[in-house]
Amino acid sequence: MFDTKYTYAVARIRALETGLFTSSVIEQLLACDTEQQCLQLIQEKGWGDADTPLNAEAILSREQEKIWETIRELGVDMSVFDVLSYPNLFHNLKAAVKDACTQEDGRTMNIYYEDTAIPADEMLEIIRSKDFSRLPENMAAAARDAYETLLHTRDGQLCDVIIDKAALEAIYEAGKAAKDSIIRDYAESVVAVADIKIAVRAQKTAKSIDFMKRAMAPCQSLNVDQLARAAVSGMDAITEYLAGTAYAEGAAAIAQSPSAFGRWCDNRMMETMQSQKYEAFSVGPLVAYILARENEIKTVRIILSGKQNGFSNDSIRERVREMYV
Amino acid sequence: MSQLGIVYALLGAALAVLLAGAGSSIGVGIAGQAASGVVSEDPSKFAKVLIMQLLPGTQGIYGLLVGFITLSKIGLLGGGMADLTPQQGLLVLAACLPIGIVGLISGKYQGMTSAAAIGIIAKKPDQFGKAMLFPAMVETYAILALLISILSVTNLQF
Repeated sequence: MFDTKYTYAVARIRALETGLFTSSVIEQLLACDTEQQCLQLIQEKGWGDADTPLNAEAILSREQEKIWETIRELGVDMSVFDVLSYPNLFHNLKAAVKDACTQEDGRTMNIYYEDTAIPADEMLEIIRSKDFSRLPENMAAAARDAYETLLHTRDGQLCDVIIDKAALEAIYEAGKAAKDSIIRDYAESVVAVADIKIAVRAQKTAKSIDFMKRAMAPCQSLNVDQLARAAVSGMDAITEYLAGTAYAEGAAAIAQSPSAFGRWCDNRMMETMQSQKYEAFSVGPLVAYILARENEIKTVRIILSGKQNGFSNDSIRERVREMYV
Repeated sequence: MSQLGIVYALLGAALAVLLAGAGSSIGVGIAGQAASGVVSEDPSKFAKVLIMQLLPGTQGIYGLLVGFITLSKIGLLGGGMADLTPQQGLLVLAACLPIGIVGLISGKYQGMTSAAAIGIIAKKPDQFGKAMLFPAMVETYAILALLISILSVTNLQF
């Protein structure tokens, strides 16, 4: 029997999807001459609030907040979306570890994401007091390891690697435990794409195979050992390995340019979400909406910074992501 | 013995009303959730989604109709209650079952189809006509069951 607990939420999301930016709106933004014109256009489309200043960061931050305000209003079980909040939560852990190990005050530097399951202040307090047991099980060990590593080696990159890998593993585990196939697909896609990004960056910076294995999280659609070995051999070996996997198009994007690869990563996620347009009773359309909104905000951010820095339209267009609708 | 016959016949009427009514209430409830979701974002679509919500409501009316015909047939409404044997009572009960069972199942599924069709209206309100056809298809089978129940009840001889 079908579960109908998401009926109200999905119908509301369908109504909200009519407000998502289509590719023609993105074209209008690209056609604007200046950043100010872009900001005026997005404000006319309802971005920001009446009291939000006409400034890119303020409008985009407000839109980011609106995503979760909307989802909370739907009255569904928010734990389903934990997997989507892990990147921000683990980012805050990273920030808190660095904050606790340095003399700088991270709260004044605006390095934390607000609105996470563990508030930024509490996270910092946990790390400062070294009371790692108060963190969720999938964070505690990584937090302790990263904190001690940073304290003893002062190697910020190693600290990042430990926490990033823990984040990927947490996402993958949450995906495996999820009842909804969309969460599994999302988790698989996020981990695989992150592994590919690690391989590409590690190849470019000539990192060792041990470093890569330490950073990569295992997943079903990629063999991280083979990927790490390919990365040691060179970029051609990476593309050759990926050509035989579900990420063959990613190989072509890597060969083209780093920005084309970044675009492919996001487009692939939107492609994975396309089937959710036809779902009426599952959590899928809600997940797709969150990712579509984040993708939309990222695309607008790219256009705005491109306009601000005087990039040509072609160069901005190369980075523009496919829209969900 | 004659009391048992009337008990069976009344049970038939009760099941027709109860099961079909339950099917409709489930269906209208599911479609109503979807309708509320759309109207909370876009109140201008109220009329269209209300029609969609009402579609699964017909099964309950069909059940009520069969219930009335049955009560009338056994003389409960006119005052002169028929003297039914248990076999005749069971015949009435069997005649009432199609609309009862089909009404329950089709009501729920029509509600789900209506909820999905409300999604079409949310995104493409100009496709209202097409959207309405999908839940209307489910109605066909409730009408077929209604037909058989009415024909059976009215043609029983006693």
